[in-house]
Amino acid sequence: MELTMMMYIIPAMIMFGCGVYGFITRRNMIAILISLELMLNAVDINFAVFNRFLFPGQMEGMFFSLFAIGLAAAETALAIAIVINVYRAVRNVDIRQLTKMKF
Amino acid sequence: MDYSQFLYMPQELGLLVVFLLVFLFDTFGPKRSQSSLPVLTAVLFGIFTVCNGFMLMRGTAFSGMFENTAATYVMKVILNIGVLIVLIQSIKWANSEDMAIRRGEFYELLLLTVFGMYLMISARHFLLFVIGLETASLPLAALVAFHKKRYESHEAAAKYMFTAIFSSAVFLMGLSFVYGLFGSLYFSDIAYQVMNNTSAVLVVALAFVIAGIGFKLSLVPFHLWTADVYQGAPTPVTSYLSVISKGAAAFAFMVVLVQVFGAAYSKIWEWMLYAIIVLTITLGNLFAIRQRNIKRFLAFSSISQAGYIMLGVIGGNEMGLASLMFYVLVYIFSNLAAFGVAFAIEQQSGKVSIDDYNGLYKTNPWLSFTMMLAMFSLAGIPPFAGFFSKFFIFAGALECGETSIYILVLIALINTIISLYYYLLVVKAMFISPDECGIERFRSSCGERVALIVCTFGIILTGIVSCIYTFLVEAAQDGTTMFGLLN
Repeated sequence: MELTMMMYIIPAMIMFGCGVYGFITRRNMIAILISLELMLNAVDINFAVFNRFLFPGQMEGMFFSLFAIGLAAAETALAIAIVINVYRAVRNVDIRQLTKMKF
Repeated sequence: MDYSQFLYMPQELGLLVVFLLVFLFDTFGPKRSQSSLPVLTAVLFGIFTVCNGFMLMRGTAFSGMFENTAATYVMKVILNIGVLIVLIQSIKWANSEDMAIRRGEFYELLLLTVFGMYLMISARHFLLFVIGLETASLPLAALVAFHKKRYESHEAAAKYMFTAIFSSAVFLMGLSFVYGLFGSLYFSDIAYQVMNNTSAVLVVALAFVIAGIGFKLSLVPFHLWTADVYQGAPTPVTSYLSVISKGAAAFAFMVVLVQVFGAAYSKIWEWMLYAIIVLTITLGNLFAIRQRNIKRFLAFSSISQAGYIMLGVIGGNEMGLASLMFYVLVYIFSNLAAFGVAFAIEQQSGKVSIDDYNGLYKTNPWLSFTMMLAMFSLAGIPPFAGFFSKFFIFAGALECGETSIYILVLIALINTIISLYYYLLVVKAMFISPDECGIERFRSSCGERVALIVCTFGIILTGIVSCIYTFLVEAAQDGTTMFGLLN
């Protein structure tokens, strides 16, 4: 069986959708962070697959996904630091605790 | 590799030098003289800002990834002025007891974000653009969390961080579709291919890209983080967020929409932007009316101001670009004046509610006078700069001459009147409402006074000295091929 492009794109889109769903419904900040990682990884897959199947003569998409991985790592590191700060302040990582400022 | 092409980015190199000097002084400087770091940074950055005025180098570097034109150069100078005012404003705050141990980081992160904005403004390739965007927004999350002992600061940082990551993921998803469609990430390559392509995938990709940058600009469907982050962050960071990062993002947004997707203007993104502008201006205004906290109030006012800035984009012509830059310049002066007064009062008495400003005129006449000027300028009352910036941005939008744009400008005009109501509420509190508790008479620190004086002169003079606007128009027309593909 030959692997077509759609067999990579559709799982990537499902990953992205799951990430958005998790970002909206999850209550634990770490779980939200995992959902965001899902979204970012879906983007990486997209870039690599488009490059591999549609434009095999160049490497632009591959390089972009490399940089995107680096950016995602930086974002996660910073987010974890902030979550730790919040944990120290309220002894909890539940996002429902963060309701002091509203409207 | 030809290293001489680094000479095409003199402003970035200059900023890097300032950053390295500050970093070295912070790390290896004598411990006794560390308290002079804020002043040193302000002076270095001031020298850099002045030198910047003479560093125009047109050209492209890195095989077209990076481009300097007159417009990007002027935009960088405008941002520099704003950053300088923020730096001067925060001198005393940075030397306070609570901050003393980590004031170095504050300045280093701040200068790094400016560097990211420079890259974002000059980028002509989406990889460089994304790196610039992230460099401009990630350190800001750390800055928002800077009040280590205040709970609100952590809450604001968490909210900012999650929305920032979410928006950049959405933006990158849009970019991946753009790449899949066109096979290149160079602005110029994409621009020529957009003409022959209006597939549904392009609509989705553009919607994602607009949503991603819309988060950074806090346009209305994506604005919910703004007020909380502005309220929780330390006030110098709030003023920086509301003015500098918003101005840079607005300029970059215009470049992306007009230069890259210009050929899809009337087919795809005009109506998207149209809806966003109407929502942004109206909802920003309506929510601002019910705010009692001065920082939240300024947050919603800045949301609606972002809507006005977008009017320059939807016009899509040279005058739109020039008036966008002018608007950002005026907005820097007026908003920094408002935040400066709020900051001085917060520093002195810890009061942040508009009701606390009752009778401020009797105790602190100069502060209330400056606040009044800022409010008038933000609302757009004639002799002040805000009127001229609004006038030019409306004129720029009207120049394209479509009926739908006329209606849009009419809606914006009605909203200007609504905004007058809530801006004048602050003025009323200061001058007319009877004094109940009152804030004691105090003398603000030297840095705050200098910053406020600069802002006051900016508010009064930028509108009247008409050569500034003429200069911006010339810069916008200078060798831009930006608008050629607009359709």
